[in-house]
Amino acid sequence: MLAIQIGWGTTLAIKTVIVLAIVPLTALILGYVFLLKMMSHMQSRLGPMDPGGFHGWYQLIGDGIKFLQKEDIMPGEADRRVFALAPAIVVLSTFLVFVVVPAGPRITVASLDSHPFARGSFDGVGVFYALAVSSLSVIGVLMAGWASSNKYALLGALRAAAQLIAYELPLVLAVVGVVIQTGTMSLQGIVFFQQHGSLFGWSGVGFPLILTQFVGFALFMVAAQAELTQPPFDMPVAESELVAGYMVEYTGFRFLFFFIGEFGTAFAFAALAATLFLGGWSVPWVHGTAADFLGPVVLFAKVMFVAFLMFWARFTYPRFREDQLQAIAWKWLIPIALANILVTALLKVAF
Amino acid sequence: MADDAATEVLPSRREEATEALTRLQAELGDAPNGAIVEHADAFGDVVVRVRRDAWREVAQVCKERLGFDYLCFIAGIDWMPTPLVAEEGSGDTSTPAQPKEQTYGVAGSDGRYQLFAIVESTRRKSWRLILKTDLPDDDLHADSWVAVYPGADWHEREAWEMYGFVFDGHPSLRHLYLPSEFEGHPLRKDYPLLAREVKPWPGLVDVEPMPGVAGDDETPAVEASTSDGGETA
Amino acid sequence: MTTTDLPQPGELPEIAVDPAAFGHLAGAQVNVELDTGDMVLNIGPQHPATHGTLRLVVRLDGERVVAADPIIGYMHRGYEKLTEYRTYPQITTLINRIDWLSSFANEVPFIAAAEQLMGIEAPPRAQYQRTILTELSRIATFLLFLGEMGLQVGAITPAFYGFRDREYVLNLIEAVTGGRFHPNFNRIGGIKDDLPWGWISECRGVMNKVLTSCDEFDDLVAGNPIFQKRTRSIGIIPQELGAAYGVSGSNLRASGVDWDLRRDGPKYLVYDELDWQVWTHPDGDSFSRYWVRLQETRESARMVLQLLDQMPSGPLMAKVPRIIKVPEGEVFVNTENPLGEMGYYVISKGATGPFRTKIRSASFSNVSILPWMLRGVYVPDIVTILASLYFILGDIDR
Repeated sequence: MLAIQIGWGTTLAIKTVIVLAIVPLTALILGYVFLLKMMSHMQSRLGPMDPGGFHGWYQLIGDGIKFLQKEDIMPGEADRRVFALAPAIVVLSTFLVFVVVPAGPRITVASLDSHPFARGSFDGVGVFYALAVSSLSVIGVLMAGWASSNKYALLGALRAAAQLIAYELPLVLAVVGVVIQTGTMSLQGIVFFQQHGSLFGWSGVGFPLILTQFVGFALFMVAAQAELTQPPFDMPVAESELVAGYMVEYTGFRFLFFFIGEFGTAFAFAALAATLFLGGWSVPWVHGTAADFLGPVVLFAKVMFVAFLMFWARFTYPRFREDQLQAIAWKWLIPIALANILVTALLKVAF
Repeated sequence: MADDAATEVLPSRREEATEALTRLQAELGDAPNGAIVEHADAFGDVVVRVRRDAWREVAQVCKERLGFDYLCFIAGIDWMPTPLVAEEGSGDTSTPAQPKEQTYGVAGSDGRYQLFAIVESTRRKSWRLILKTDLPDDDLHADSWVAVYPGADWHEREAWEMYGFVFDGHPSLRHLYLPSEFEGHPLRKDYPLLAREVKPWPGLVDVEPMPGVAGDDETPAVEASTSDGGETA
Repeated sequence: MTTTDLPQPGELPEIAVDPAAFGHLAGAQVNVELDTGDMVLNIGPQHPATHGTLRLVVRLDGERVVAADPIIGYMHRGYEKLTEYRTYPQITTLINRIDWLSSFANEVPFIAAAEQLMGIEAPPRAQYQRTILTELSRIATFLLFLGEMGLQVGAITPAFYGFRDREYVLNLIEAVTGGRFHPNFNRIGGIKDDLPWGWISECRGVMNKVLTSCDEFDDLVAGNPIFQKRTRSIGIIPQELGAAYGVSGSNLRASGVDWDLRRDGPKYLVYDELDWQVWTHPDGDSFSRYWVRLQETRESARMVLQLLDQMPSGPLMAKVPRIIKVPEGEVFVNTENPLGEMGYYVISKGATGPFRTKIRSASFSNVSILPWMLRGVYVPDIVTILASLYFILGDIDR
């Protein structure tokens, strides 16, 4: 991209710094815009207005600093090492998902293709990697619940484990439809497919996969909502019963990790949805270097739209009971996902 | 007792009460063979004092034969005069001056302690029955109503806790409101109201006039009143 | 799914209640030290779901409750003992605080009892104003319920709507009485002050707003399929058992018992001069309790509009002596408070204060059914049931 020769070590360092910086930043933006402002306006109130002067934009930064300066309390009976490690694992899985999401035709941290930047050779396994890595957080949640030595935390962690594992399947199966249609598992490849596709015969406009994979999109959104333990699927974190569930014994910067993990993962899943179904960084008629500059902005806009849908559902619906939640996953979402795959495969072969 | 013109006990309610009493008497019979010792009227409600050993039978009759399906409450009364009250006419406003002699209320009493309950009927809407029974001082036992009205569970626990009445047949008579190590039965009249023991009530304190009204510290004593005869603006 | 497709009475399961089968009460005390196997979970006394300092010790088998034991008394203030040492006006101030959400309604039965013993009757205008304020308290309490039941089930937003709408009603109450929560406005013989200028038209506006927001709640919460899945068939109270436990108010009406003390009890305020109806629901589950309270909110708003139209003019206080001495006697007055049936059994010996007051509070009996009702439910359902019974700790503990 630049005409300067940079060694692979420096590139790695730059990329690491970018990822480490972006994840909290996105968590912050998402948290502020949706959690504080959009939720407040939907509930006919204003939300934070004072910090920073203009509509309280500084609120979450202040919250972050507040969390950092709190006392680090660990329950007496807790398993120390596991207790300390659990939030790290949850946040780790978020970082790992960001690695593979493309923000431009030549902007990815690691596209996992064998020949990146060479068109037509998208043989990477970005999708596979992203879905696999996002389920690492289950381990972190279980660790947090068990190590807290608290019955409420344990209840929350067990519910979370059951829920996250149950909803992995619809998530994966929804994406399989996309993979069948595009023929590649590389995220960059999927975006290029959507960019170079033609809509009703007009070429150059692009073909967002949501038009044919709408069932997959719906499934993905529902499953992502459950993966993030957001209402209506937030039994593990049911505030009125378990008071933060598996996170109940965490304070200070450990809780900040969970918080960043939650919103960062929301951004990551929204980014995946935008990439797989809405076209990622692609804009009609913009190719080449211009797309390198416009890509991140476009991707950000699409992510915000998807996140809007997720958070909107979050504030509107009460939560499902654990058994109802499992019934939805196993009796409804998985059969629909399988049917979707079947239909996609048939249509792919037919056309 | 007040006259009906002012307190409006409707004739229909009187008839209902009389009918309830008649049917109860038919089922239970009067003492010494039957259960009913005395009955009276309290502002349109029938108050019936029954023998202690017929306490559970009365409940069963009420629930099963007369259709009183709703348990309002079960509680106790201690007729001993309230101690440590102000003297009548002494100007002491710390407590109301209660009479010093032990008198009993409607439908009388044999002694200091009484157990009373109110049952109602959700179907015959105006039916309400107030039942009382006497408990001798040295043997504060009564039958439990739990098998008849399950809601009696908590009411009897409270009566035990507050008065010391023991209910035979109650599954678990333990403290309801008070900590489990609590000693004593607070609602008995000889159990002191600790707040008043610790710090005596100052009584009526001098009240300062409101600001702006004649006589307060700042405005001079002129016609400063803007109130219009009691109506709020 | 709308709120109008209610199941027919024939479709409900038969629940046979065997009075001899109450041995579970013997096991109701959960012995924390010796328990093995099942997990004992202590919910409360500080917990967002318990509406105050209620402690529930439940024995769980996985996510199912095996036994539950509510432990109350964290807010016990000894009201019945206190009333033996206070005069009637002082007690009026005290009993405001029993059910603090609808505090005006707590004063009414006590004042009515004292007035009956004295043989005086409050003038019609005072009765009308008492009725208006009681119904306003009912609306305020129920709006809070409609909002926070959604919150307990997981929807964050209805709580804000409930509080917002409640503010309008509280402003109205404050304009009349000077206090949002503890008006202390009743006097023996009438009420303290008249309505301020402009209050009636403002009240009409607020009641229309309440009716609109009830429609909002109907749509947003009661019509929400997830809410219905969480509340239908959860926590069913059979009619006979509910009455035997003393469950009252909307809880009993939601089980199909057509009983409302405003219509069926002895006359205490001016309800017989209004055109209104009593709402019941045949199901007896948590959803029906929500539904009945929603309808009752609407009904109260309509009642207030009628009261405002019909209000007579006249004095506000009957002739009472300055130092009030209530003649000897006993009387029991119970009224339909927002939480249920609240009653005062006042024994007077002719002094300026009562000899003994027994306070029958609604939530005490409503909560006593919990050990029976919580057997075999899931942990999330505990929260739903607690929310739908709608108790106030001050009302349980007095």
